[in-house]
Amino acid sequence: MHFNFRGAWSIYTRELMRAFRTAFQSILSPVLTTSLYFIVFGTVIGARMEPVDGVAYGAFIIPGLLMLTLLGETTSNSSFGIYMPRFTGTIYELLSAPVGVAETLIGFVGAAATKGLILAAIILVTATFFVDYEIKYPLFAMLYIMLVAASFSLFGFILGIWADSFEKLGIIPLLILTPLTFLGGTFYSIDDLPEPWNAVALANPIAFLVSGLRWTFYGTSDVPIALSLGLTLGFLATCTAIIAFIFKTGWRLRD
Amino acid sequence: MSDPILQVSGLTKVYAGGVKALDNVDLEIQKGEIFALLGPNGAGKTTLIGAVCGLVRPSAGSMSAFGHNLTKDWRRARARIGLVPQELSTDMFETVEHAVSYSRGLFGHAPDKARIEEILKSLTLFDKRKSQIRELSGGMKRRVLIAKALAHEPDLLFLDEPTAGVDVELRKDMWAQISALRERGVTIILTTHYIEEAEEMADRVGIIRGGKILMVDDKAAMMKRLGRTEAVLQLGQPLAELPPAIAAFPVELIEDGRALCFRGGDGTGKGREQVAELTKAVIGEGIDYTGIDIRESSLEDIFVSLLSDVEEAA
Repeated sequence: MHFNFRGAWSIYTRELMRAFRTAFQSILSPVLTTSLYFIVFGTVIGARMEPVDGVAYGAFIIPGLLMLTLLGETTSNSSFGIYMPRFTGTIYELLSAPVGVAETLIGFVGAAATKGLILAAIILVTATFFVDYEIKYPLFAMLYIMLVAASFSLFGFILGIWADSFEKLGIIPLLILTPLTFLGGTFYSIDDLPEPWNAVALANPIAFLVSGLRWTFYGTSDVPIALSLGLTLGFLATCTAIIAFIFKTGWRLRD
Repeated sequence: MSDPILQVSGLTKVYAGGVKALDNVDLEIQKGEIFALLGPNGAGKTTLIGAVCGLVRPSAGSMSAFGHNLTKDWRRARARIGLVPQELSTDMFETVEHAVSYSRGLFGHAPDKARIEEILKSLTLFDKRKSQIRELSGGMKRRVLIAKALAHEPDLLFLDEPTAGVDVELRKDMWAQISALRERGVTIILTTHYIEEAEEMADRVGIIRGGKILMVDDKAAMMKRLGRTEAVLQLGQPLAELPPAIAAFPVELIEDGRALCFRGGDGTGKGREQVAELTKAVIGEGIDYTGIDIRESSLEDIFVSLLSDVEEAA
């Protein structure tokens, strides 16, 4: 036996089922929240705002809001997915099964990323009810969303292994990711910030992600797309390396 | 004797805090046997199981199962091993049927509804297959764990305290299940606090304490070697001292001379023959007795005696 395909598939489908079992919390709730942003900032306030970089304000905030939901949900879902078996003790089954790092990641991270993509699709469809927009590079946008979803699902997986309490599990998404996304150009262009705040804003890595996604939507960005892409790929590689290290050493998984 | 299906050699585990849970453990398990691992709390039973099943990283030593090295070729080995943990660890919101099917897939097996049904029926869980696990009683949850461990049809099954916290009726039911598994060719290693359980089911018994295996032996051989017959004769009149014909037996006066206690034999029934000889000698000496109570020592007596010997030696 080399790669345990059925093992990976079992974890993947079970994790997705868990998301659908709690559909209100994991799907409807983020969609509703994002829709409220579209109504308030896109339709009501956005109608009184000047276009940003030639893009209507309501449309301008779509990539940022999408990123806000994507980062939060993929991180939370993936971290919760691996934390709960550790918390309840059911991790014994995973550790005693013929599944390694590849199967585990495909199962847990794949499911979290898939859920993120489903949410992204629902949000984009929902946005059409409130805002007129077109995606300039749809294929690139899809690939970029997939890349970000996979990266932050990996990040969430690390978080779920690191956390030893529910409080720690919630700290990163709520106290770090959400504020950084708000401040990362979701509602404004970094270029419009006065000196030195536009330079300070670029110390926020999430700004590069929002900017990158906005480029795939409208062809305009605060930083070059190559930089956004490079940063995202670097983050993906770093998370993968950390997880490989965790499985090699058994850190917080095996006594 | 056939090749062992599990070989553990020099296995040592020192936890981060410095506690040595396993100390140079050697163990071989033969195909088709029921092996009972006995030991007090903290003896290292669960750590030993954890090391074989991949839950614990050994500090030293080697392990192989079915000829596969458990460190290098762990996938092949683990695919044939099942584990029923001590704790009732399950996803409480899953249905029984889905939980068991998931376990089968996790171990690389194709879905097989008929097989899952068979397992659920054999554990009288079939009627509860659509129930969420949280709705079940403790005993039923334990059965679910067994069903999950059997879902991939393991050749070697670890049962860590399988009947802990279950009532007597269910415990006996579990014993029947375990016997049925053995008849199907599954090799079983169980840890238990209930010595009666080991006595009832095991072919071989291992005694572990302080991370060291003190003894591994065939249960019958252990009983024969370490077992004893104890007989107490209540005397009609107290005796001050034993006549020479009686003193030749392994006896002593107890209860201020009002009773005669025999301790001998080897656990095979030979002691009863000696007791019969003793009663003839007692009658021959004209000593009256009003009652006799005979019992063979249990595995528990042997276990307790062995552990006390070790404590005294330490």
